[in-house]
Amino acid sequence: MFRLNLFLLLLIVLCALAVVTSQHRGRKLFQALEAEQEKVRQLDVEFGQLQIEMSTWATHPRVEKIARERLRMVVPAPQAVVPVKLQEAH
Amino acid sequence: MVVRRRPQRGHRYTESPILQLALQGWRSRMVGLLLMVAFLALLVRAFYLQVINNDFLQEKGDSRYLRDIEISASRGKVTDRHGDMLAVSTPMRSIWAIPADARTMSGEQKRLLAELVELKPRELDARLASEKTFVFVKRQVPPQTAEQIAALKLPGIHEEKEYRRYYPAGDMTAHLVGFTGVDDKGLEGVELAFQQSLLGRPGARTVIRDRRGNIIEDVGATRPPRDGNDVTLAIDSKIQYLAYSHLKATVTEHHAKGGGIVVLDTRTGEILALANWPTYNPNNRAKLSGEQLRNRAVTDTFEPGSTLKPFTVALGLEKGKYRYDSIVDCSPGRITIGRAVITDAHPHGQLTVAEVIQKSSNVGTTKMALSLPAESMWTMFDDLGFGKAPQLGFPGEVGGRLRPWKNWRPIEQATMSYGHGISVSLIQLARAYTVFARDGDLVPASLLRVDQPVVHGTPVFSAQTAREMRAMLEMVVGPGGTAPKAAVPGYRVGGKTGTAHKLEGGVYANKYIASFVGIAPISNPRLVIAVMIDEPGGGQYYGGQIAGPVFAGVMGGALRTLGIAPDASLHVAAINDGKGRM
Repeated sequence: MFRLNLFLLLLIVLCALAVVTSQHRGRKLFQALEAEQEKVRQLDVEFGQLQIEMSTWATHPRVEKIARERLRMVVPAPQAVVPVKLQEAH
Repeated sequence: MVVRRRPQRGHRYTESPILQLALQGWRSRMVGLLLMVAFLALLVRAFYLQVINNDFLQEKGDSRYLRDIEISASRGKVTDRHGDMLAVSTPMRSIWAIPADARTMSGEQKRLLAELVELKPRELDARLASEKTFVFVKRQVPPQTAEQIAALKLPGIHEEKEYRRYYPAGDMTAHLVGFTGVDDKGLEGVELAFQQSLLGRPGARTVIRDRRGNIIEDVGATRPPRDGNDVTLAIDSKIQYLAYSHLKATVTEHHAKGGGIVVLDTRTGEILALANWPTYNPNNRAKLSGEQLRNRAVTDTFEPGSTLKPFTVALGLEKGKYRYDSIVDCSPGRITIGRAVITDAHPHGQLTVAEVIQKSSNVGTTKMALSLPAESMWTMFDDLGFGKAPQLGFPGEVGGRLRPWKNWRPIEQATMSYGHGISVSLIQLARAYTVFARDGDLVPASLLRVDQPVVHGTPVFSAQTAREMRAMLEMVVGPGGTAPKAAVPGYRVGGKTGTAHKLEGGVYANKYIASFVGIAPISNPRLVIAVMIDEPGGGQYYGGQIAGPVFAGVMGGALRTLGIAPDASLHVAAINDGKGRM
């Protein structure tokens, strides 16, 4: 009887320790998850900012200015354009 | 003094004389009972607190580690038809302070904070001198700066997440897209019109936090945030840029008071571009005036003048009263109705109906109008959408003025035939012209992208009338017409000029509104463009001179952008060397 009790006591202590350990590990994992989610949010923010940056670089007035001034491009005169009929694909 | 003998080790206490006192048994029982009662009272109290009335303590406990966290949702984007961004939100921080706590900052700390939020130390002190328990130190601080501030761990300084709205296209689309105020509230334009749809709904979660503020566990259900819906407009940002830059150049060149331009897709009724001048930069709205804010094309009406003539003429054809080659006697360049005299800018003699449009004769149009019943004219104007708001869902859109036909006097019917005594907005005018571009039917104008062409609109004229009108409108930009400057090389275009006196306090002043509304390509119309220039200065004020070139520039660019093949001969032989190359 006494030995059984002792065994059960030991078992309880072990279980209690296991609970503590798994709780601890659970929290560690949860924190890792949180950190990753925070990263997702930050990347989202960065993505948004990059999108804004991209559309700022790509505004039409800027594109036109570069095309005209730096690349010296011009709109072709209407007489210089030859319309091509699309060939039917066979 | 009596020295008592110390009891020896192993001595039995019961031998102590004090304990040998014989006490009555009830006294010990009494003490025991009292102790029992006291314990019982404690038990009852504990039971009461823990089980029966546990809310208070539960709350106290929760408040020490449970936290409700709001998960912010972002406002939807506004994009053009190809997904180019016109309005987008990006997270920012607002820095706020509890002034009483913040005043404990050292001088050095204050200096650092002032530097980071770009305030003068004096301004910062003024804000922190407040008696309130909450003041904003600075709103809309970039996240990087906010992190630097947080790292300083200043007393009484806190941060909160918020959003800032960016408008990459800036002043180009300002009137259309509008803007939001603080706290994501749409104040103008699409931002206001689609507020409900754009607005996100923040989510919430309940968590357990540890001593250091780390989240340890989620408790209960998490409500996910719902981001606002994106709004895809019908605008094509390339065409918008073309329209905006041509309008701006013309208004500036002619020292005009303002102007507007609308580009419509005739197959879907989509608004491909809508620009006004003067405009503003929605990203920096300091010093805004009402003049800049007004979306003239939608919220202002004007008397359109001659751009309304084609409708009167079309009604004459439709009712069988005239053919395109019928002769209208326009001599001697004036006509008297009651006490009023209607004149032509240049007197004409005998004109065909087509020439009445080409030369824009007021007398000719008046004669045609007076041969038609007032009711049929009113019905046509009503069918064209004049006098009622165009139902775009745009804030502040107006319907213009169209009086009921029953109390029209003949002079009113006459002036209305050439666009006076009736007022319309530019968007209504552009939309009305889709009946000529299509086969006589009208489609609703749309701010949002429409993916399916509208096959059947509301019929106003027959297809035959629409075709004949297109031919007449093409003559306007040809030799002998009022708008040779509206011609677009390579494409067949047609349109009508308008030069209207402005009404000021009920009298027509010597100020003008120059306009042009046109269609291209005539062989298979795709676009309608309406241009209006308000009070051009410097001597020139005719629609064909001022608004015509704007039309030509935008139409040419837009047709090229859309990849629509030229439908007019372009002296190809002269360029083409016969080897299939240039």
